[in-house]
Amino acid sequence: MLENFSFRTIVEYLPLFGQGLVTTVWLSALSFVGALIVGIVLCAMNLQRGWLFRAPAKAYIDAVRATPLLAQLYFLYFGLPRLGFVLPELVVGILALSLNSGAYIAEIIRAGILSIPRGQVEASVASGMTYVQRMRLVVLPQAFKVTIPPLLGQAIVLVKDSALLSLISVSELTRAGQLLASDRFMPAEGFLTIAAFYLLLYYGLKGLAGLSSRWLGTAGART
Amino acid sequence: MIWQQLQSLAGSYPLALRGLGMTVLLSLISLVLGTLLGFALGILRTGGNRLISGLIGAWVDLIRGTPFLVQIFLIFFILPEFGIELDAFTAGIIALTNLAACFICEIVVAGIRSVPTGQVEAALASGLSRWQRMRQVVLPQAMRIVLPPLVGQYVLLIKDSSVVSAIGLTDLTRVGWLVVQRVPNGLLVFFLVGAGYFIVCYPLIMLARRLEQRMGAAHGEVQL
Repeated sequence: MLENFSFRTIVEYLPLFGQGLVTTVWLSALSFVGALIVGIVLCAMNLQRGWLFRAPAKAYIDAVRATPLLAQLYFLYFGLPRLGFVLPELVVGILALSLNSGAYIAEIIRAGILSIPRGQVEASVASGMTYVQRMRLVVLPQAFKVTIPPLLGQAIVLVKDSALLSLISVSELTRAGQLLASDRFMPAEGFLTIAAFYLLLYYGLKGLAGLSSRWLGTAGART
Repeated sequence: MIWQQLQSLAGSYPLALRGLGMTVLLSLISLVLGTLLGFALGILRTGGNRLISGLIGAWVDLIRGTPFLVQIFLIFFILPEFGIELDAFTAGIIALTNLAACFICEIVVAGIRSVPTGQVEAALASGLSRWQRMRQVVLPQAMRIVLPPLVGQYVLLIKDSSVVSAIGLTDLTRVGWLVVQRVPNGLLVFFLVGAGYFIVCYPLIMLARRLEQRMGAAHGEVQL
């Protein structure tokens, strides 16, 4: 049993955990922004009529969805130096998370856009709107509503996925737990504490997803 | 140069095969166990008992709220403190089964809740027992909603099995990590690792998509 469980050590290591938490939060936020950009570009390519843009976007999305993030992370971590890009682990990690989540976000945005009834698009064509006007004034505002809850769900996945960056020694939250586990041989203290911190982030984002779907009047978020 | 690397890679193909075997074995065992456990949890959660339902809900939330890597570490390093000695393989199976069971539980709950109450009431009125009601009326109809995301969940499970390489199991990802220490071509090595996963996962993704279309169509018919 855990009769030697030492809250004192946890308190002692609290600054380390705090730093890890902060790093996890900002690197996830940055990766999420990156993933949004990747997702929007992929989705725009995927919605084109010609195969020239569509085929590579589809291939990329399928390739990302059918392989584990850890393999993708190692692909970049061991592969980029080979191409002459020697980047810090943190940058490689953010890049991997952005490229990975981007593929999922592309599908979320696509589902949002395709959920707009065809009649709406036809009506805006009939009103003489240009493509950009149609997108900006009719399709996107409505699609936005549908995509926010699943996007927050993807944000939750991203925060959890960021734990894998500890395996390429980025000093985020999980790494802090590993340090306590290996320095002091206190795995219980280390890993239970970080689990609690992750739960904090999870319930925060989950609450936000619930609020947003209530505000927007859409169905519950898939997390 | 590239030729030498290819030769050297060809030399590590027994290792790669073992890694792929380990990945398939891990996924398969936890897939079967996780499905059984997930269905059991889902049925219990929709059963009348508030306490059981609440406990399962809380546990599922805990598992969904923490990274899988952290769960593996917790199981591998903390269960021994309770006197349960584990090797990495058993720890991996436990972690994966638990993860799959929790996600499948949610899928099953959504499926069961999608069955109209009239059906359950009709079954009650016909004098079916609780178990008969579940097995003959509710579950067959729920499967329509359950099946597509269930297959999708299997894909996630296979991918998540890569994370157990962190506690030293020699699965496909770990093999890539080992080989790349000898053959310093990360792009090639992890391209091949990715291809290994792709071969297993992509057909399942296609299956999930097709099921979604078929079941969606079937569901539409019923609603008419």
